[in-house]
Amino acid sequence: MRYAETGYNLEIDLATGNIERVETDPKLMALHLGGLGTSVKLHWDRVPPEVKAFDPENLLVFSTGLLNATPAFSANRSVVTFISPQSDTLAYPMMGGFFAAELKYAGYDKVVFRNKSPGWIYLYINNDKVEIRDASHLQGKGAVETQELIRKELNQSKLQIAAIGLAGENRVFTASIEQSRSSASRLGGGAVMGDKKIKAIAVRGTKDVYLARPEDFMEQLKGVTEYIQHRWANPIQDVMTILSGIGSPQEMKHTDEKWHTENFVWGNARTRRRDFWTDEIDESWSKSQHAAVKRLISCFNCPTHCGALISHKNTPRYMAKCFGKLTYAMAAYVDDLDFSWKILQRATEYGVDSFSTPQILAFAVELYEAGILTDKDFAGCPSDKEGRFLWLLDRVVRREGIGDILADGVYFAARKIGNGAEAFDHNTIKKHEQLPVKLGTLDPLYFLMYSTNEKISITQMEGQWPQSAFPTMEQRENFVRDWPQLPDDKFKKYVLDWDIRGEKAIPYYPTPDIASEIVDWMETMHNIDDACGMCCGMSSFCFKPPYHIHNYPKIISAATGMDLDEEGLKKIANRSRNLHRAYNNRKGIRRVDEKPPADHWKKRFPELEEELLSTYYAFKGWNHDGIPTREKLEELDLGYVADDLEKRGILHNGHN
Amino acid sequence: MATIKKKIKVIKVDADKCNGCRTCEVMCSAFHAVPKYSSNNPARSRIQIITDRLEDIWLPVFAGEYTASECSGRNRYVMNGKEYAECNSCRASCPARDLFKEPDSGLPLKCDMCDGEEEPICVKWCLVGAITYEEREEERQDEPRLGEMEIGLQALADRHGMKKVLETVARMSKKG
Repeated sequence: MRYAETGYNLEIDLATGNIERVETDPKLMALHLGGLGTSVKLHWDRVPPEVKAFDPENLLVFSTGLLNATPAFSANRSVVTFISPQSDTLAYPMMGGFFAAELKYAGYDKVVFRNKSPGWIYLYINNDKVEIRDASHLQGKGAVETQELIRKELNQSKLQIAAIGLAGENRVFTASIEQSRSSASRLGGGAVMGDKKIKAIAVRGTKDVYLARPEDFMEQLKGVTEYIQHRWANPIQDVMTILSGIGSPQEMKHTDEKWHTENFVWGNARTRRRDFWTDEIDESWSKSQHAAVKRLISCFNCPTHCGALISHKNTPRYMAKCFGKLTYAMAAYVDDLDFSWKILQRATEYGVDSFSTPQILAFAVELYEAGILTDKDFAGCPSDKEGRFLWLLDRVVRREGIGDILADGVYFAARKIGNGAEAFDHNTIKKHEQLPVKLGTLDPLYFLMYSTNEKISITQMEGQWPQSAFPTMEQRENFVRDWPQLPDDKFKKYVLDWDIRGEKAIPYYPTPDIASEIVDWMETMHNIDDACGMCCGMSSFCFKPPYHIHNYPKIISAATGMDLDEEGLKKIANRSRNLHRAYNNRKGIRRVDEKPPADHWKKRFPELEEELLSTYYAFKGWNHDGIPTREKLEELDLGYVADDLEKRGILHNGHN
Repeated sequence: MATIKKKIKVIKVDADKCNGCRTCEVMCSAFHAVPKYSSNNPARSRIQIITDRLEDIWLPVFAGEYTASECSGRNRYVMNGKEYAECNSCRASCPARDLFKEPDSGLPLKCDMCDGEEEPICVKWCLVGAITYEEREEERQDEPRLGEMEIGLQALADRHGMKKVLETVARMSKKG
């Protein structure tokens, strides 16, 4: 009997149509847990670094996490892994919704696609019955529309469906995979799905998922539940409202967007609009949001309300969550929230990432205004801001005219367009559009998270650490009180010592040593979440979350029957992190790639930045170039990885 | 038949508060697993969230009586601009659909209000307050109620005939 996991993967060969149900090695759970952990291992074993995103050998893996489909609240995330067409590294966007649990109830931990289908297909999984079905009639349909059509076609209201829209079909590098109220958006999973000609995956499952020690598990869950209720009753003081609770930032619920709109930089990550949030905007945006949001909704087995059903005037309905509400309107400099609901509907049906795509559209507008793109490129484009953005979105998604070049994202488009366009690519790391943030002074924590994490996007890499120092000692003392999530009490001192100016302020405090410790804590928690399928909104991404390093080992042990303690769990997370790092090193990632965009901070500190990187690498057991040493790898039972890195000449004498 | 005072257990559904998370389905099926909580499977749950996300319909429905034959309830109701299918909101475990049946055996499921617990498990775990529990006393006729096994056997007898059920039980008991 397998506990928490099902013990089976589905292996689909799209070239031959062969489908196999393959039992997995039970030892993998002890080494990598599940979810991202076991997926990284699978890619390491099966996809050599020569493979590119659109090669048939690129695997596209839909994975559940270890705790999906157990009663653990908020464990509902699917992780999709593949070589990204944008970064050429192993990407892992995730989605909440209902897909992962349903897949597990159908009896599978992962669906592994290899090769390409000759024609458009969708996969239908109904417990043991798995079919590759013709999807030629779905070609060109929207991602939301496709889900509804398949539900009707199979007459199954309880199907959970992940689908791509036109963007994925046309291999747009920012194409997302949409599912229910969620999407796996970053780094082009939709493009890889489209390249393999998979329009959708539909799943229905009615099998049992088992717990090894049910009484212990429920006792732990009781504690989690009590803490959720405690946090609902006690929002964090002295931070922005939007970050004071648990769950993802509650942007469907809250209408006050002063912080996001005024602190982020808009257009092509260009302008901070410090006086944006006026009384008139507040009133008109609140009115628009209250009219558009029909109901606040959650993902599977989660008591929060991070998403919403959107019904805006006569545009078809769709579901939305958090930040997409702002990105298109603000990137287009359209100050009417109604425009957001309108374009977001179209973008959701097309299936595009709402972080990257608006920046690409704004990048095109900037190039046009600078005379680098011309009237010829914009022939047929309306002159108003709204019309222009909608027109550009259509061109990108259809890969028509200039849209075909823009569809590869800012980095590649800038180089293809040339003529000075490269200077407008100022917000990418590892060829990927980043969150539009421009700050005054270098922030050491942001610097490390932006630069070094395999997620290649700070979004959701930050988390439980305050975004800036609290001005008064009273506020600091208040914050560190009741902080059971801390891995070590020393972190309290770091908050107390952290000042807004002077010696113990950014950029020199947190010091490189302390910054390494904090970043390591954050990413360890993210790696655990991503292996468990836990929503980071209830764990690593929010202040004082219900899940943390002290209750996780007990929850995982009770679910699986393993006897994990904190050190054991940290070691697994670290193993996963290092294996992923080695994978991306094999793909060519080095120290030189690990730097935020040139004008990310107004004031840069080159020497300090080098010191931060060196200190962090040393803390992680990596060499000067950011490659794990043999010693580190062997400590994590990854000797075979060191062998491989040495064989390929990436690591010399175990260290250099 | 004697009249007795009976405790009536009522679950109040505020469908407008439902966030569609289906925790109730998870917990119901986990509670009714043997041993308790050793597994879960929403398809076995005696509460089901009837969902049409884009139509803004999230409706918790509890498994009611087993019925051997389907009814003609195919009407549609529009309330506040939302269209509900009568069949979808019905509690019966009925041959017309696969709701409220054990997924492997097809035997009917029925909500037992988690007898013996302080309140039904689904209510306990519904943190958003879409389902709440009330008790009140009512006078009613005392009549014997069918237990879970009787309901299952009745369903088998309806489907295959009592004779065949008895023969099968006899044959299986000989095999030991």
